[in-house]
Amino acid sequence: MRILTGNDLKSGAVVWWDGSDWSLHVDHAVDVGDRAEEIAAREEAARRVNVPYAIEAQRDDNGVRPAHIKDRVRALGPTVRPDLTLKPSDAQAGNWVI
Amino acid sequence: MTESPAPGTDTVAGVSPDDVQFRFREDEMADHAQVTVDAFLEQADAAAVRIEPGDDARALIPHLERLKLAEVNFPAFGDGRGYSSARILREAGYAGELRAVGDVLVDQLGYMRRCGFDSFAPDAPIAASDAEAALARWPHVYQNAADARRTIPEARHE
Amino acid sequence: MYAYDQYDQAMVDARVAEFRDQAQRRLDGKLSEDQFKPLRLMNGLYLQLHAYMLRVAVPYGTLDSRQMHALAEIADKYDRGYGHFTTRQNIQYNWIRLEDAADILADLAKVEMHAIQTSGNCIRNISSDHFAGAAADELIDPRPYAELLRQWSSFHPEFSYLPRKFKIAVIASDTDRAAMKLHDIGIQIVRNDAGAIGAAFYVGGGMGRTPMIAPCIREFVALDQLVTYAEACLRVYNRHGRRDNKYKARIKILVHELGAQEYAAQVEAEFAHLLDQGVEPPLAELERIATFFADPPFEDDAATEIDRSDPDFALWVDRNTHPHKTPGYVSAVISLKPVGGIPGDASADQMHLMAELAKDYSFDECRVMHTQNIVLPHVKIADLHALWSKLDEAGLGSPNLDTVEDIIACPGLDYCSLANARSIPVAQKIQQRFADSGRTAELGELKLKISGCINACGHHHAGHIGILGVDRKGTENYQLLLGGSEAQDTSLAKITGPGFDEDGIVDAVEKATDVYLSNRADGERFLDTYRRIGMAPFKEALYD
Ligand code: SF4
Repeated sequence: MRILTGNDLKSGAVVWWDGSDWSLHVDHAVDVGDRAEEIAAREEAARRVNVPYAIEAQRDDNGVRPAHIKDRVRALGPTVRPDLTLKPSDAQAGNWVI
Repeated sequence: MTESPAPGTDTVAGVSPDDVQFRFREDEMADHAQVTVDAFLEQADAAAVRIEPGDDARALIPHLERLKLAEVNFPAFGDGRGYSSARILREAGYAGELRAVGDVLVDQLGYMRRCGFDSFAPDAPIAASDAEAALARWPHVYQNAADARRTIPEARHE
Repeated sequence: MYAYDQYDQAMVDARVAEFRDQAQRRLDGKLSEDQFKPLRLMNGLYLQLHAYMLRVAVPYGTLDSRQMHALAEIADKYDRGYGHFTTRQNIQYNWIRLEDAADILADLAKVEMHAIQTSGNCIRNISSDHFAGAAADELIDPRPYAELLRQWSSFHPEFSYLPRKFKIAVIASDTDRAAMKLHDIGIQIVRNDAGAIGAAFYVGGGMGRTPMIAPCIREFVALDQLVTYAEACLRVYNRHGRRDNKYKARIKILVHELGAQEYAAQVEAEFAHLLDQGVEPPLAELERIATFFADPPFEDDAATEIDRSDPDFALWVDRNTHPHKTPGYVSAVISLKPVGGIPGDASADQMHLMAELAKDYSFDECRVMHTQNIVLPHVKIADLHALWSKLDEAGLGSPNLDTVEDIIACPGLDYCSLANARSIPVAQKIQQRFADSGRTAELGELKLKISGCINACGHHHAGHIGILGVDRKGTENYQLLLGGSEAQDTSLAKITGPGFDEDGIVDAVEKATDVYLSNRADGERFLDTYRRIGMAPFKEALYD
């Protein structure tokens, strides 16, 4: 699937397009198919997102997994600071990135 | 080369006086067609030149007495060669109009003024109030440059 | 330490106001990201993997306790309670909101700090010897010259849109602790045969994609022509540096393509011209700046003996202190490299503590080292035990300066959007391996440096052992390099061969150290043995 990501303009937080809004959780990301550019342009113009871009990802039983490691790090947070990731209570969360 | 190309051919490369948005000079705006640096050097009667980033502004120094308008192009704001071109001309004593054209942004006006530019023809017009604020931004300056501002080190030791 | 006067303060305040306006225009949509990006970068604000990142300048690495406390407060108030000290003696915050950025700059301005030109294609923060003003082996304190250049380079009207970033380091001893020859301009303050103090200029060094050691282009520039000569170096670069390819835009490529001699000749011509242009600030300005760097009131007959009966303390003293020019004093290094920690990271609490210790034990001064540690430059030997006890209690007493545990690591893929691979976990695993095997002490001085990509923020080319993270078909892979140095014997490390995965690189480092241990001659460091026996025995051990 093709999903859309970017950073929140004000906070810089990593966000994912969930079909109607921007979510902090990659698992909420929806397949945007060939509408990536259109959505990105509209949302960026409205300043709801900063530097959006489309990436490849896969949905499986555990959720949505971006194809590239960089976006998996973005989705989770720094693997060396589990306490600051989106899954602070899951000590093994970093393994998902690799 | 046997013949100098005449104005009106491809050597003419400048913006028109109408495009000039800000000007910090009292004299009449020069009404000469700007030609490329190469053409300027060849045409003994040329009085206005357009300097591209890769041009050597020093080549103009022997001809400053006929130079009335030097237009420095910034095709992209991040290409800072034009700042050096401007200072080189001012350091050589050029006192005519020095015009910055192209991708000239409000946040660069202050630096450009310091390098000796005294007229501006930005591709995208800048709001007059924004330009005024940008030019009034810096209460002091650290370096000597093409403007006559007293520098901080000078102020500290006078 | 340098203190702002009303002019310096007014400039920094104006910058805060300017940036507040720029950030607001971005938030209001009057600036596009493309237009805003160079403006925020000139204020050290990046967009990184997880959020905005703010890089704050620490000019020549020097901080007083008030400033260190302020850095801690910023970490608590605007970030997540910590900061990262970098190889350019700066500090970075990883979780900054654009909305807060101008307020942070305003808080910094209150303690005479800023983020001016900590990114962008301009002259960056000037770095220097972290033992400046303290080292027994220095000619003179290099920081007044660094401060003079800081002022000259701040808001420079001609050199704010250079072909690429531009880094300057200033040192004043024959021992190079600032990687001087790996900078765009490295300046060594020297004394000439006539006994006069001046500056030797090394231009065109750098790491990154095409590492190069800077050649000396002038052996002596008089002190009252220092700024003019720097201006000439920059003008030649601004005019002729390549702008067609960002990977070839650094000055090292220009110097290399022209040849050092031709580049030097062009600089000479420009210099001769600029000497008549009134570029140089009055010499009185340099003298004014120098007064701020006068020695603190050292005690004349401070004790030089200490009780070494506690072996942990004795080890720390041996490892983490450096000879001082004044008898009875040393410079003491606070290691930010605890085993398993994040190299260069410090929590707000740790920063507060380091600030207090600087105040209590080091004439209110501390320094950021390019090795991502902190120095207390002027500590009385008699105070060392008290200092060490407090550090040890706070987990800041690792006795590992310049050992294999004192790893330089860039943020890598855990934080950096340019990264190919993570650096920090590799550093942690290597530290752990050697801490467990107990070999750290036996290996002696061993500088290990890790970068998460070719940009080389982790100085991997200059490591006795270097590690470079690369992307191998979407997975992290690590190349091993051997034989680099950023000291006075500057050399560039060479790649051993094919890369390794994360566990493989840890094994590979260990194997390389085994080769050293079984080959070393008396008194040889890892680097010396490598230089003597060459790459072959290492390759054999690694790949056969
Ligand atoms: S070396 Fe590369 S990965 Fe590491 S901090 Fe620099 S740019 Fe980022």
